[in-house]
Amino acid sequence: MSEQSYAPGSHPDLPPPAGQRGAIKWIRENLFSSPTNIVLTLLSIFLVWKIVPPMLDWLVFDSVVDANHRNECREQGTGACWAVIRERFTQLIYGFYPTEHRWRVNLAFVLMLAALLPLLWDKMPGRKTLLWFSAAFPVVGFFLLWGGTVGEIAATIIWIAIFALTFRFFSFAGIGILLAALFVIGALAYFGLPIGINIASWFSDAAVLEPVESAKFGGFMLTVLIGFTGITLSLPLGILLALGRSSNLLIVKAICVGFIEFIRGVPLITLLFIASTLLNYFLPPGTNFDLLLRVMIMVTIFSAAYIAEVVRGGLAALPKGQFEAADATGLTYWESMRLIVLPQALKISIPGIVNTFIGLYKDTTLVLIIGLLDPLGLTQPILADSKWQSLSTELYVFIALFFFISCFAMSRYSLYLERKLDTSHRN
Amino acid sequence: MNTNTNNDQRLVVEMDQVHKWYGTFHVLKDINLAVQKGERIVVCGPSGSGKSTMIRCINRLEEHQQGRIVVDGTELTNNLKNIAEVRSEVGMVFQHFNLFPHLTVLENCTLGPIWVRKMPKKEAEEIAMDYLSRVKIPEQALKFPGQLSGGQQQRVAIARSLCMAPNVMLFDEPTSALDPEMIKEVLDTMIELAESGMTMICVTHEMGFAKTVADRVIFMDEGEIIEQNEPNAFFDNPQNERTQLFLSQILAH
Ligand SMILES: Nc1ncnc2c1ncn2[C@@H]1O[C@H](COP(=O)(O)OP(=O)(O)O)[C@@H](O)[C@H]1O
Ligand SMILES: [Mg+2]
Repeated sequence: MSEQSYAPGSHPDLPPPAGQRGAIKWIRENLFSSPTNIVLTLLSIFLVWKIVPPMLDWLVFDSVVDANHRNECREQGTGACWAVIRERFTQLIYGFYPTEHRWRVNLAFVLMLAALLPLLWDKMPGRKTLLWFSAAFPVVGFFLLWGGTVGEIAATIIWIAIFALTFRFFSFAGIGILLAALFVIGALAYFGLPIGINIASWFSDAAVLEPVESAKFGGFMLTVLIGFTGITLSLPLGILLALGRSSNLLIVKAICVGFIEFIRGVPLITLLFIASTLLNYFLPPGTNFDLLLRVMIMVTIFSAAYIAEVVRGGLAALPKGQFEAADATGLTYWESMRLIVLPQALKISIPGIVNTFIGLYKDTTLVLIIGLLDPLGLTQPILADSKWQSLSTELYVFIALFFFISCFAMSRYSLYLERKLDTSHRN
Repeated sequence: MNTNTNNDQRLVVEMDQVHKWYGTFHVLKDINLAVQKGERIVVCGPSGSGKSTMIRCINRLEEHQQGRIVVDGTELTNNLKNIAEVRSEVGMVFQHFNLFPHLTVLENCTLGPIWVRKMPKKEAEEIAMDYLSRVKIPEQALKFPGQLSGGQQQRVAIARSLCMAPNVMLFDEPTSALDPEMIKEVLDTMIELAESGMTMICVTHEMGFAKTVADRVIFMDEGEIIEQNEPNAFFDNPQNERTQLFLSQILAH
């Protein structure tokens, strides 16, 4: 036994032993640590060597960008014929949106990013003021894309103001009365026309921006439009549904459970068909409710039902003591939800929420079934063009790349959020 | 029991023939309890005897089904406004601290004053720092609860309640989730609080604490108040045999 180097009780804090580093060591430990490991490593290297070079050849080295016809592509190289993407690029982005109005789409897109920024970045300078812009953006974006008259714009703003005031005024009264009030206002706004409530007619019907039919919308613009509205609207709606489902009020609870279970129990395609055909039966005669809007509503409520269940999981995971401490402090229902319960429940639910969002985003491609021309829907007219026949691989790879980038970004952001919000200090 | 309030004997909490059931299980039976301003009450009794349920009725974390509970002149009914008023006057410290883990220690303390008392943030922070100093952890103000030891968390929880300037503090076994070496720091904080004149109702099995600060010790069993007395008489000369049995069990080791 060796002697103690310090007298008992006087041992100083020493730095930990210096780490042994180096690439060789890392490789030996991680790739060649055992016979199985060595075999697996060699096998992987072999597979990569077999797969990656031919893939790169097709994607990059043997591919052709400069061509006006698929035959020209074939003459110049054996790889991908990216010329089809080059020629149809704007169509893949804007669909059939009129060329002279495409600046509106671009502007709406830039404004969308600007509206998202303060939502996603909580340390942004001047965030509070900019959030007001974010709140106003849906209206701005809608009229940029669809166009509209003075009367329509005014009517929309007035109805939204009525909604906001109702929410403020009734928010102290508990979730039951609030939902009832919002429902009444919503019904009035929706079915107001036949009973003579037509705010738009009080104003001029001069067009501020020339209307563009939604049938002309298409391409990635359509994907982003449906995805963005679906994501931003389904989150608050899903949270309200989850709160309603966990509420003590029987009627509220029953409505929320019924809604969630019905929507979740039906395939999205069915809802989209309902949107495209059946919904017209429920609308008052004479109202013409835009197909794309109907689709956006369906996508939103579909994902809201899933979000609601994800958030409910988060609510259930919160210890009861958190609710009790919030109550004991004297916070109102909405205060305790907003300040104590939801911040924690949503944090737990982030992976599930983002999962739902990514699913929604990719499911937007289903709209091609009811005739909307999202990027996948556009592949048919493009491939029907004899110039680009049978170049479907190129188109699908390009579209897949777009979806992958969007979804990967969402997934990364969710990881960042999780790490940022982690205050548990578990090791 | 009479509810006349006169000046030097103001009742802060008054429970009058209170009954409560969980389903068909009669958990509180005819609870009568009057707590005067500045009084320190210790509640003890076997596990499951209804101690937590009783003090949780005082700030309406549990609803009673019969009888009257009046807190600081406000009767607890289904009236949400009354409940909010009572809760803002009653501080509660839980067995498992129940700090808000997503907020810093300081934010935990300022939340109530800012949102319930509508106090400006700066003032609330000053008050919070003052109470954090009194429970001797001002240097932890900007940490999150998860970074603190159990004893420190419980002291934060006490400070958080005190920031609301409550008229009465309820403690539900505040030390029973703590490691032995941390119990003392929490009890010391509670003793100081008692000496400052706070009205306190403590569910605890810390008999040393009861002897030091309690004006009255209450023994509960099977939902009833079996016996109550001032601490010396209670411990030295318990009347009811159930009390005797209970005391012999907890003092046995
Ligand atoms: N929410 C509840 N539902 C049904 N029974 C309960 C509930 N809370 C407590 N009880 C029961 O009521 C009795 C008293 O509980 P409690 O007040 O927590 O006792 P104590 O704090 O004295 O240990 C126990 O038997 C317990 O099982
Ligand atoms: Mg208990």
